[in-house]
Amino acid sequence: MNASAPELPAPIGLLAELTHRCQLRCPYCSNPLELDKRSGELDTATWRRVLSEAAALGVLHVHLSGGEPTIRTDIVEITAHCARTGLYSNLITSGVGGALEKLDALADAGLDHVQLSFQAVDKANAERIGGFVNAQAQKMAFAGRVTALGLPLTLNAVIHRGNIDEVDRFIDLAVALGARRLEIAHTQYYGWASMNRAALMPTKADVDRSIQIVETARKALEGRLLIDLVVPDYYATYPKACVGGWGRRLINVTPSGRVLPCHAAETIPGLEFWSVRDRTLADIWTSSPAFMAYRGTDWMPEPCRSCDRKERDWGGCRCQALALTGDASATDPVCVYSPHHARIKTLAAAEASVNAESTYVYRSFSLGDRPASAGSPAGDVS
Amino acid sequence: MREFLRLDDVLRLPRGSRLRFDEVRGTHVLLAPERTFDLDAVAADVLGFVDGIRSVDDIVTALAEKYVEDRGVIERDVIDLLDELLRKRVLDR
Repeated sequence: MNASAPELPAPIGLLAELTHRCQLRCPYCSNPLELDKRSGELDTATWRRVLSEAAALGVLHVHLSGGEPTIRTDIVEITAHCARTGLYSNLITSGVGGALEKLDALADAGLDHVQLSFQAVDKANAERIGGFVNAQAQKMAFAGRVTALGLPLTLNAVIHRGNIDEVDRFIDLAVALGARRLEIAHTQYYGWASMNRAALMPTKADVDRSIQIVETARKALEGRLLIDLVVPDYYATYPKACVGGWGRRLINVTPSGRVLPCHAAETIPGLEFWSVRDRTLADIWTSSPAFMAYRGTDWMPEPCRSCDRKERDWGGCRCQALALTGDASATDPVCVYSPHHARIKTLAAAEASVNAESTYVYRSFSLGDRPASAGSPAGDVS
Repeated sequence: MREFLRLDDVLRLPRGSRLRFDEVRGTHVLLAPERTFDLDAVAADVLGFVDGIRSVDDIVTALAEKYVEDRGVIERDVIDLLDELLRKRVLDR
């Protein structure tokens, strides 16, 4: 860092991926293709230490995520530790399996907020996308208990070609369930979503229509339902400020304790990730080679380096740059100034125009040994 | 459409909207689902008075006693702040 470089900001959010185990097998899962096994997961004491260190470092929000975080037998204790250290706890859950049974204890432990995923509103479609039978009834019961306990509820809907016609129904469902907030989050194409991109990519016309529906509903429901919209990258003009800028706001701890600047960072070859098993979170945030690699603006090539947007979008997404150009330090090709921009638009349009029924590769622990068909969901948890 | 905030409205912080002092950054914050609102000293005072008992008018009166400022100016600032937070669903009335 030179003298003119800004002081290193404190991280504001911690994404705690407590486990990669999950009942659902969504084909756009943001977990890596190679999932951490249960035997490699951090223990309760280590998570307590990590959370205490995060609070001291300046983290305000903790996102208890996965996989399905309620699969952890110590989820209540972990939540209680967030409350003890002043951290705002956000449970990111599918609401199935044992989630409902643990919900009252989580509320008693001081849980601040629940974010519940829905794969679709149509039951059959939801269960086809999530690859898990009878999910919808469990989610409805879970949502009802969240609001009965007085906890704020957010509904999360990841949008893709298989459910983009249900955006208006997601909005109605959020209102009916008493949610305060709805995330209409168009799929971001990393990991499993990248593998399934041709089965997930919607058309530009459908994307535009979905955005119009959200904007109309925002006005009509102002003060009742807050709708956050994540627009799909490939059709954008400028890239998103991915994770608020690399190493600026977010810390991601994986189930086995590796610390990442974003959940997809391990797709970038050559980065050295440190583990909470060996070092403190403060040490990792400040000095880890992975966090240093793309922090700030010094690493940027042209056209980013001389761009007046460079401290707004921080060069966009490194993982996407790698996935689409083969070079993690290239300008995010979503950006109109990238030499690859036109090719990305063409690619998205070509994949969106595939007329065949979507066939997914479902998320699993052993990639490749399942039939890649959407017809036979079987939700086992290993 | 939504009704604009009125002086006789009584507001409260629902569960999931939490005031705290951020010692690392030296500032008051309102923590809410997926959001952090940085609060200056006056905004922290305003929200400190949001208790499910005081009306908006009571809050304006309390602030007018504390700050040497025209009551009309205070009233406008208080309503702007609280209405914005209502719109974002982090306050209840």
